[in-house]
Parts: sequence; C-alpha cells; structure tokens
Amino acid sequence: MARITASVYTSHVPAIGAALDLGKSGEPYWQKVFSGYEFSKQWLRDNTPDVIFLVYNDHANAFSLELIPTFAIGCAAEFAIADEGWGPRPVPAVKGHPELAAHIAQSVIQDDFDLTIVNKMPVDHGLTVPLSLMCGQPPADKFEWPCPVIPFAVNVVQYPVPSGRRCYNLGRAIRKAVESFDAPLKVQVWGTGGMSHQLQGPRAGLINREFDAAFLDQLIAAPAVLAQKPHIDYVREAGSEGIELVMWLIARGAMNDTLPRVAHRFYHVPASNTAVGHLILENT
Amino acid sequence: MALEKPYKNIPGTTIFDAEQSRLGYHLNQFCMSLMQAENRARFKADERAYLDEWPMTEEQKQAVLARDLNWCIRLGGNIYFLAKIGATDGKSFQQMAGSMTGMTEEEYRDMMISGGRSVEGNRRLGEDGTAQAHRQPQGRAGQKEGTA
Repeated sequence: MARITASVYTSHVPAIGAALDLGKSGEPYWQKVFSGYEFSKQWLRDNTPDVIFLVYNDHANAFSLELIPTFAIGCAAEFAIADEGWGPRPVPAVKGHPELAAHIAQSVIQDDFDLTIVNKMPVDHGLTVPLSLMCGQPPADKFEWPCPVIPFAVNVVQYPVPSGRRCYNLGRAIRKAVESFDAPLKVQVWGTGGMSHQLQGPRAGLINREFDAAFLDQLIAAPAVLAQKPHIDYVREAGSEGIELVMWLIARGAMNDTLPRVAHRFYHVPASNTAVGHLILENT
Repeated sequence: MALEKPYKNIPGTTIFDAEQSRLGYHLNQFCMSLMQAENRARFKADERAYLDEWPMTEEQKQAVLARDLNWCIRLGGNIYFLAKIGATDGKSFQQMAGSMTGMTEEEYRDMMISGGRSVEGNRRLGEDGTAQAHRQPQGRAGQKEGTA
C-alpha cells in the first residue's frame, strides 16, 4: 500500500522564481531566503518520494474568471509551465501520476469533497517555485524533476475560499485515499503559499511575525485547533493574501495523527512583499 | 437577509468576493487577455482602442489608462489579474503593490526590508495605523500634510 512519509510547507513567491531564473540567487537580499533551503535540498535528495502531491493555488493563469474551481486535481500525465506574461519559467514540464491522481479523486469525492478533475492545465509559479526551492535547477543533461507531481489547485483568489477546517478534513480524506492505493509508493504532501502578506491597497506590505510564528507552532503541535481559525483572522492579522495559509492545513491533515518530527523550520522577512515560511515534517 | 462580510471593516483592503468579481468580470478578463504577446502589442499600440473592444464601464477604462490600481480594485479588479497590466508595463509585483500606498518604489522596498508594515493600528477602520484613510498617501508624498 502507498503511504505518506512527510509533508513540506513553503511560501511560493513569484519573485523567488524570477531571482533564480535571472541568476540573482547569490545576491545578499536573496541569499538570506535561499540559505533556508540548503538543508531542504539535501533532505529531498536523501528522502526522494515516488510522488509529490503538491497543494498550491493558481494565480489567474490556468483559471480565469470563466471557471473557478474550489479544489482541482490534476490527473494528466504532463503539465506545461504557464506563461504568466513574462514567458514560461525555464524549468522542466511537470510529469503527473495519473493512476494515483485518479484513485485519490475517486476516493475523496466519495468522501463528500467535490473535486474538479482537470486533464489539461498549465502550472504557474505557485507550483514551480516550491519545486525550484526544494530541488534546485535540474541539470541540462537530466532536465526533469526528481519524481512525478500531482498538482492540486485550491481557489484562494476569489472569496469565499474554503475554510481551514474543510482544508484540514480534506487532507485527512487524501491520507485515507493514498493509504488505499495498491502500490508501495512513498508519497509526500506539500502545502504552499503564505505566510503573512498583502499585495493590494494602502495596506499592502503587511507582515505579522507574531501571527506567523504562532501559526507554525500550532501547525506542528495542534493542527485540529488551528483548523478552527476563521477566515477573518487570517485576513485581519496576516493580510488579504495571507489566506493562502489554509492550503498548509491540507498537507497537515494528510499526516498521521501522532506528533510529527520537525526536520526543518525556517522563517525570513522579506521576499518581495512576503514573509517566507518553511517547514518539513516527517511521519514517525 | 444580507450576508455577513466582516472583512468590510479592515482599512486599506478590498476583499475580492463574489460581488466584486461580478463587478469586475470584464475588467479582469481584459487583463487576462494580456497574457498573449500579440494582445500586449495591440494594447500598447493603442490602449484606448484595445479597451474599447471590451464591454467594460467607461470608469474601468479610465482607471486602467491611469494605471491607478486602487481605483481598478474598487471597480472589481483583482490584483492577480491586474498584474498582467504590470507585466505588460514591465513592472514587478513589488512595484505594483507599492504603487497603491503612495510611497515611492524605494520607500516601499525599504519598508519591506525593515520587516514590512505593522498590523498595529491597521486591523480595523477607525484606528490610527499607516493604512488608514486619514494617513494617505504614505511616505514623503504625505508629509506635506504634517503627518509623521
């Protein structure tokens, strides 16, 4: 049977992708961000899973206002890199895992979560920046990500977005689905976005270190309590775009009920407009 | 019965909910069209003519021509869609976000490097934080008003 071995949490700031792609990663401003991922890259080399289930949000690239799915699971064999208006990032296309994705869709929908099944979808920085941070840039002679990835897009752009409680319970349903897949796969679930940030209005630039630190503490030790936090608390305390943090609860819900081992924790302000947070939790 | 929208009392913040999305549908879809290079070229060649191809309100078109992102957002624009205009103009997300505060690009960047905007005084309307209406514009642009 397949099993979930670990979960990874990270911000997915587009400027991080731009800094990597334009060769700015050595600049002091960016070095402070990337230093927090040196451990993580080695950890992923040592703990490469068979599949990554990657929770992220699309930023008006795959989905316009014509169609706004709350939860969309990518079931395709391959996903193209989106052109967000600056040209596609120079990173490998993403290989999917259609068999496991279809199995998860079947199981989770029967558990009352109405997923939208997507068989064609370009993936944007929300998905590719976490891969770049954790994997580095793949070499030219082996230009591919280390394993297949199932993209799982959550609407956090148009309100109302799904509640933290719903996200946490969805994670639990995903765990149940993975554990009933009849192949000995090691699966990691990644939750991305956040932490505190606001990109709009006179309140743009909001950062809340205290909120972020408490969020990380609770995510590790008391996720079921954290899942009760209402939307308004995220928006008021962590900024209008800080609401992306509900996606971390999907990954956390997918972990075992026992306390996880904290393999790595990192926090830095700023990357562009955003507080960068990063955790690696292992099932024990 | 009206729906409860507790986020209406956060200063300097417009939540992109179903109502804003309805107002801004064509404005945001216009932005989305700028993801294609040929559309960016046509828009740059004659902005007004390109905008007139879309069933947007006149005020929405004026807000786009003025590159006033706060105005665009009031009229239903969403920042992730409006970012396509910024990309067309060669602006970063930080430049776009900063433009909504009245600060110069340098002032905004310095604020972020110093740890960002504090939430203190910026949680609810009527407090005295930097995002409140009576503190606009921010940075040197607002200093002639005597606010510190």
